[in-house]
Amino acid sequence: MSLLTILYACMFYAATAILVFGVGYKIYDYARTPAPLKIPTTPAPTTNAGVAFRLFREVVFFESLFKATKWTWIFGYLFHGALALVLIRHGRYFQDPVWTLVDLAQPFGLYAAFAMVAGLGGLWARRFLVDRVRYISTLSDHLMLALLLAIGLTGLGMKFVAHTDIVSVKNFMQGLMSFNIQPMPEDPILLAHLFLVATLMTIFPISKLLHAPGLFFSPSRNQADNPREHRYVSAWAAKLDQK
Amino acid sequence: MAAPTFEIPKLKDVSVVPAVQPDAMAHIKSFQASAPIQEAVGFPGQLVDNWEQKAIEKMGDLLGKYRSFKVYLDACVHCGACTDKCHYFLGTGDPKNMPVARQELIRSVYRRHFTFAGKYFPKLVGAKDLTKDVLDQWYNYYYQCSECRRCSVFCPYGIDTAEITMAGREILDSIGVGQKYTNEILGKVQRIGNNLGLPGPALTDTLEGLEEDIEADTGVAVRLPLDQKGAEVLLITPSADFFSEPHVESLIGYAKVFHQAGISWTLSSHAAEAGNFGLFIGNYETMRNIALRIRDAALELGVKRIIVGECGHAWRVAYSFWNTLVGIGAGANDPFAIQLQQQLDPRYPAPQHICEFTYDLLQRGVLTIDKSANDHRIVTFHDSCNVSRGSRMGDMPGGQFVIPREIIKMVANNFHDMAAETINESTFCCGGGGGILTDDLIEVRVKGALPRMEALNHVVKDHKVNFMAMICAICKAQFNKVMPFYGFDMSMVGGVHQLVSTAIQLSPKE
Repeated sequence: MSLLTILYACMFYAATAILVFGVGYKIYDYARTPAPLKIPTTPAPTTNAGVAFRLFREVVFFESLFKATKWTWIFGYLFHGALALVLIRHGRYFQDPVWTLVDLAQPFGLYAAFAMVAGLGGLWARRFLVDRVRYISTLSDHLMLALLLAIGLTGLGMKFVAHTDIVSVKNFMQGLMSFNIQPMPEDPILLAHLFLVATLMTIFPISKLLHAPGLFFSPSRNQADNPREHRYVSAWAAKLDQK
Repeated sequence: MAAPTFEIPKLKDVSVVPAVQPDAMAHIKSFQASAPIQEAVGFPGQLVDNWEQKAIEKMGDLLGKYRSFKVYLDACVHCGACTDKCHYFLGTGDPKNMPVARQELIRSVYRRHFTFAGKYFPKLVGAKDLTKDVLDQWYNYYYQCSECRRCSVFCPYGIDTAEITMAGREILDSIGVGQKYTNEILGKVQRIGNNLGLPGPALTDTLEGLEEDIEADTGVAVRLPLDQKGAEVLLITPSADFFSEPHVESLIGYAKVFHQAGISWTLSSHAAEAGNFGLFIGNYETMRNIALRIRDAALELGVKRIIVGECGHAWRVAYSFWNTLVGIGAGANDPFAIQLQQQLDPRYPAPQHICEFTYDLLQRGVLTIDKSANDHRIVTFHDSCNVSRGSRMGDMPGGQFVIPREIIKMVANNFHDMAAETINESTFCCGGGGGILTDDLIEVRVKGALPRMEALNHVVKDHKVNFMAMICAICKAQFNKVMPFYGFDMSMVGGVHQLVSTAIQLSPKE
């Protein structure tokens, strides 16, 4: 087994562990932190089913962002939608036999990669062109876009410029999943692509990528508007009642 | 009006987002509370010695107690959706008045002390140590936020800067840096019973004077009872309603409505204040102590219903928090709350907004209305921020927009809404809410009113609007003060129940 194979295998195990346990811990931490007051941004749904629908609209349509700014919505939606398709398409490297959904997504996922890169380009352009967004952008905001863009471009490179041996890639990935490590193909673009993906997985729980789980724990979005009908009180605040 | 020392923004035909002007409002510093004011509300009198450590400890404490604070500090991606939504940014161009940048003042310190990336790669993620300079910026800019929640409407994750501002102010208070205006009032309301520090006898005098005025005006003896045990309704209203213009016109309106509906009611000298400034500083226990006065008064007076007058943040606290804080509503199980639940009439929501109350009477035809009495007025409606985005009226979401407008249309013939992007959930704050309504912040107040003034200017030009109705004591006081800066007459400002008062036709009690 080559050193490269061992390195990449270890890298992916570590990145996966950090992603799963890191995000898992963050979700646990959000869940255990009380929200002592009812603070939904109103008008808000009055039932839990209504709240689920509100969150669904936020996740699937980016409803609030759409109200806020059309350009950011267009680029953001393009990027996230395309990323979702690309991720589904990548299912084929992990499944045998490949699921029908993943199979159906293959042609879309392929072109979605272009949309993803375009969306990222638009988002990045805003960080330079809009003075307000330029003011609030930190180095990490730029690096995050660079990272995602590099992942997209190396991925496209393997499809449209210099093909990589995807049979070997799949072999390696499935080997990882069954703890039966197979040789890592030594293609520089592939190595770069996978290294960047592992980096993204690693920084997920310590970066602004936490916006993904965060949305579900946002009290202004996930609370029902029913404070007169149902008393709502957190554990630490309930202690004040006993005084 | 003394000549202002700053430039009044020009009203434009088409509102434009200003270019970023760093530090345009860095010179603004609200008067700080003196040691006696601080100590009266349980905070250190001056900046404590180990303030940096204490502030970080307090931040850790709040991170454990408030999910909003924790999630909002993590979730922001700097997308910029909020950057052109704050009225203070639109009026000043100071980038630290963009919601995301206002949050960033605390977020950068949070990152430094509570996150892996900020501890080890501070430059990369914009993490900062808590220096005196950073602390001063907290004070400057957390007292240039009215906690109006407009940014939270547009944030893709619902990040509410009001929560961050409250946390910032609570941390500042805990290390001895408080705002004079807010904390002085917090002392008065807890010591005397209302924000103005109006003692019981003065209140009696005022109410008697108003009764005489109404009788002279209408020939009908309308009562404004105080501390009357066994009344049906306890009215909790902002103390400004007792003597400020135009607030008092709405108080007269409520009295006339109660009179004609034949429902007995009372004010309470112990709880002669709807406003709860505990919200402004985000301090749960202070907010609870102030809310307890209402429960005490309701139990003491034996009322069947609790109704809240025209007051924005007050209605948010009453509607959204009273049940949680002190069990006014359904479901609490401490002895006093249970006693209250048994006492209150379950057919009505507790608490109820005066607009919900009046709207119901109007719909049922209980009130005799002559709409033409308001024909000299061409009316628009200013949605108050905390009513719009932090509460509800009636049974359906958005009732807080519908009900006041329906009342206006039932008592007046001429009504025109302002532009859609400036009303309802997208309404602009008056510029004086959340602890900003003080003369030492007049520059912030005038500039922060710009978006509302531009929207008003349009309906003034297009429809000759000459009356802006509203349901908030702070909005009324703020517009009264700042509208002349923009060339509008302060008589344009008034309450929804002022319109009701004008249109209602009283008949002597039988």
